[in-house]
Amino acid sequence: MIRVALWLLGALLLGGIVHLATVLLLPSMASQDAYARVSAIAPVNSVIPVPTPTPEKAVMPFMDPAFAVSVCRYDLSRGPLKFSVPISQAYTSVSFYTRTDVAYYAINDRAAGRRVIELDLMTAAQRAELPENEDITAADRLIVASPTTTGLIMIRALVPETGWLQAARNALAAAQCRPQ
Amino acid sequence: MRLLFGTVFALAIAAAIGLGATWIALTRGTAYGGVTIGAWTAWPKNGTPGIDPYARAMVARTGELPVGSGDGVAFFARTDDAGQPLDGRCDVLLSGITPQARFWTLTLYDPEGRLVANSVQRQGFTSQEIIRKADGSFDVTVGPRARPGNWLPTGGVEKYLLALRLYDTPIGMATRTGRDAPMPSIVKRACL
Repeated sequence: MIRVALWLLGALLLGGIVHLATVLLLPSMASQDAYARVSAIAPVNSVIPVPTPTPEKAVMPFMDPAFAVSVCRYDLSRGPLKFSVPISQAYTSVSFYTRTDVAYYAINDRAAGRRVIELDLMTAAQRAELPENEDITAADRLIVASPTTTGLIMIRALVPETGWLQAARNALAAAQCRPQ
Repeated sequence: MRLLFGTVFALAIAAAIGLGATWIALTRGTAYGGVTIGAWTAWPKNGTPGIDPYARAMVARTGELPVGSGDGVAFFARTDDAGQPLDGRCDVLLSGITPQARFWTLTLYDPEGRLVANSVQRQGFTSQEIIRKADGSFDVTVGPRARPGNWLPTGGVEKYLLALRLYDTPIGMATRTGRDAPMPSIVKRACL
């Protein structure tokens, strides 16, 4: 009886380990995560419009249909990226996600405080290599450090009323994301 | 022989418990650190690098991208204020005001996060589209049949959920109560 109880206890402990391991490993093994879904439509280091979700078809679940969305799937292995997008009339935001879909930075038009959201995206190592004491460290140049070499930049412009869709799309069409 | 039998037995139970617990955790939605106000819950931490491992695994499984914390915060409601699951065959009245935010959007999804087809192709409202009362509050009727005023069609689906996303908002991880963040009430009316 005690022997069975011990086996059961061992099984429970092992089960707990299996549970934790699967939860922790899943993000790096998922084949249908947001990054994989975007990869199917977006080449590396260019801004691609994401189709507005419809009941029949959506690139990702839980997309906000009130937004025009473009995406830049970035790869920093060859060097930092320069990113810019003019802000649209209503509300524009730029959100950064790692390769495993963790949101590590987001900025909106008001926080940017100008007509254009402009920034440099680089890895922590590339940032460390930047020469000091040059005007590139000036406060007006926003530098975002990506925790992973690849990832996603989601550029969203609100369409507050249906008629504004084209204006939002036009603002996003001028977005750029390219190696320096 | 007994050792072999015990090992196989233990491994089988371990696999069943471990994988079963993972499956339940990821499909039932057991993310930590939620902010619940009435029927609405948000997970502001999911939009930061501090996202917990369960939420990360869930996001990886569904393929969604959480709203970044510098962008906004998303509240979800799966039930009405009485705790009854939202049923697309019933009329539900959403009324009240929303927390401080530059813009907000209200969207209806099926449980898998897909938009729901309906005759008028309306999947939600933005703060700019909504018709308000004189005091700034609003009513939205969520239901299968057309209603005057703000009508959000359910397409008659059995189960749905509502997302209220606040953009450029002070609401976030520090928010705890409905006094900081007054969310609209969700009350079930008549059913088909």
